Amino acid sequence: MRPYIREKKSFTFDEVPENTCFEAGYLTTVNSGWRSIRPAVNSEKCVGCEQCYLYCPDGVIAINDGKAVIDYDFCKGCGICAKICRIGAIEMEAERK
Amino acid sequence: MKKFLSGNEAFAEGIRLARPQVISAYPITPQTIVVERLSEMVEDGSLNAEYVHVESEHSALSCAIGASAAGARAFTATSSQGLLYMAECLYYAAGGRFPIVMMNADRSTALPWNIYGDQRDSLSQLDSGWIQAYAENAQEALDLALMSYRIAENKEVSTPFMANLDGFVLTHTYETVDIPDREQADRFLPPYETDNRIDFENPKNMAFSAGPDTNYIFKYKEHEGILAAKKAIIDTEKEFAEIFGRKYTGLTENYRTDDAEYIIVTLGSIAGLCRETADKLRENDIKAGVVRIRYMRPFPNEEISDVLRNARAYAVLEKDISFGNEGTVFTNVNSALKKTGLNVKGYNYIGGLGGRNISAADIEKIYTDIAKGTESVNFIGIGGEDNGK
Amino acid sequence: MANKVAESISREEFFYGHKACAGCGGSLAVRAALKVLGPNAVSVLPAGCMSAVGFNFPQLCFSNNSIISTFAGTASMLTGVEAGLRARGYKDFTAVGFAGDGGTADIGIQALSGAIDRNDNIIYICYDNEAYMNTGIQKSGLTPFGAKTTTTPAGKNIHGNIRPKKNMFEIAAAHDIPYAATASVGYIYDFIQKVQKASQIQGTKYIHVIAPCPTGWGVAPDETVEIAKEVVDCGLWYLAEYENGGFKLNHKPKEFTSVESYLKKQGRFRHLTDEDIQVITASRDKKWEFISKNFVI
Repeated sequence: MRPYIREKKSFTFDEVPENTCFEAGYLTTVNSGWRSIRPAVNSEKCVGCEQCYLYCPDGVIAINDGKAVIDYDFCKGCGICAKICRIGAIEMEAERK
Repeated sequence: MKKFLSGNEAFAEGIRLARPQVISAYPITPQTIVVERLSEMVEDGSLNAEYVHVESEHSALSCAIGASAAGARAFTATSSQGLLYMAECLYYAAGGRFPIVMMNADRSTALPWNIYGDQRDSLSQLDSGWIQAYAENAQEALDLALMSYRIAENKEVSTPFMANLDGFVLTHTYETVDIPDREQADRFLPPYETDNRIDFENPKNMAFSAGPDTNYIFKYKEHEGILAAKKAIIDTEKEFAEIFGRKYTGLTENYRTDDAEYIIVTLGSIAGLCRETADKLRENDIKAGVVRIRYMRPFPNEEISDVLRNARAYAVLEKDISFGNEGTVFTNVNSALKKTGLNVKGYNYIGGLGGRNISAADIEKIYTDIAKGTESVNFIGIGGEDNGK
Repeated sequence: MANKVAESISREEFFYGHKACAGCGGSLAVRAALKVLGPNAVSVLPAGCMSAVGFNFPQLCFSNNSIISTFAGTASMLTGVEAGLRARGYKDFTAVGFAGDGGTADIGIQALSGAIDRNDNIIYICYDNEAYMNTGIQKSGLTPFGAKTTTTPAGKNIHGNIRPKKNMFEIAAAHDIPYAATASVGYIYDFIQKVQKASQIQGTKYIHVIAPCPTGWGVAPDETVEIAKEVVDCGLWYLAEYENGGFKLNHKPKEFTSVESYLKKQGRFRHLTDEDIQVITASRDKKWEFISKNFVI
């Protein structure tokens, strides 16, 4: 479970809350547009050690079936994962526009 | 039960009956007695609350906001410099719609330093979004303490409440006060329930930012909330009268105004002397009346214009000045009349700053001066040889 | 290949979709700590980077209960939240604050001192990126000697900031706080363990975590973790704890790496002269002399 993108993105007068209290983890925009480079996981090499998962500032890496999987909606392409990976299983590639 | 209590003590009794769950306060003269009494009540077990010894007024209100965000009923108290020191948090509490109650012992603001009563502290914060009530005596102070939570926590209102007591004149003066009984108080004021809180079943993000598209809407709704307090005050007082037998009169309290030609509009404890003076003048066929403003926010625009409608002249007597202009209460009262197109002649009397005495003779002179016509803004006794002694 | 640390913390993400700069060390600290504390953490964040990037209605990036405090009011609001929830009968929650270096060592130090003095049951985490980054890299009380910021420009006359960092860790310890620790996002395992430990201790807990800001430090976004590790390895920062009245060093580098190399990698220190670097190295050695005398190693 993590905050996720909601359908409803804009709020009319009546829908704006009466107070500054609203549902936690309510996302309306992604961060994918920030990237100029993107991490690519080489599943052959990845051993699922979870270093990249632990060090990702955006929490966009999950380990699925023992391999790192990236949520490209929210990855900003900082490159920490590629640098932290001791076995070179993640490489930064030019962002495909 | 009747007891001989000071204004501060009476207010503390009212707060005990209101059962706040978190109290955070920092001592400042002349507020100290109220927090001393409350800490004694926590010690002796007659009040089941967390008493937090904060290290400043800013933290006092910040802590109260945190407690309110947790869904708890919160109380704080301050005065003067302390109110100014927590000013940032005043706006924060109002914007977050946290129905915190605060007692403010109205006191002069430095410089020069002075511990005595005037109303420049609270009146400087009229725009902070808090309901502002001004008590006249210890009984009203106690009753306000109990009513304040009902009004602030009303779902339509959800606005913090500042109860103002004139420093020393009210906070330290002893009167016989009737203390409501516990069962009746509990019947009058149920526990605080709100959705504006931390919720482990449905987690919340609170006190967030809002950009230009919605910020304005939040602010508009904040305004609607404090305006809704007008009805909540009337309804609460009605129910209060039914249970406790004491009647209050909403945002203003009028005295002999029905046929009055000359009316003093004022707030706080000086109103008593104004009423006595009006009685005396009426013996000399001067039709004098008094309007005591009980609530400065929400402001009693309609009540003020209705009561002044048929007067020949009115004077606004206040312990305040907005430097470079005039007394703030005067500005507000004039605005109320202007909005209804009334053109009653009005005068401003500024006095009592730094606790300087306002005498019966001063008040009598206000009535006689406005009957003749005088300066628009007048300073009671300034330049006089006796310096207010 | 099981990672024991990863297994020991929540798989959920509690700080997600935020608008922090790429490679933000502060967001890594907040994310990791919340994964330790879990869904019943109530976070309080003052005005600053993490609240600015995480709380813009309707984009609200914390999935746990979270609230922004006034800039000076992180600790006092934590106190209120903790007291309020306790008064309402809740027991199973953690009130945790995340404030930056300015919010902690400058404007928030009074409220923090008050909370420690009362021994309120809260965790206060200072994510230290060594300047007011949210407002555009101005000097704070935790900006190190020699750092160039937008208010401590490096010119011919003055070479950036002329004062060393305040020692918030020892200031917290001087209150005889139940638990205080230093950490770095470069040593995330150590940080995670310290948050775990703090969550088991009654009373006030203070954790000071170095959290590099690539934007303000003048390093590439992918260097955050390395530079946060290097500051420890070269001895300009240290990993330690204060508990039961005593200091303990958690990690002693066998040999310090080069201070000069650490400094010269960063835009904010690039102007420093050999003499400046000597001053910094000498102050490091003095600090370690103190540590060797006063800390259990």
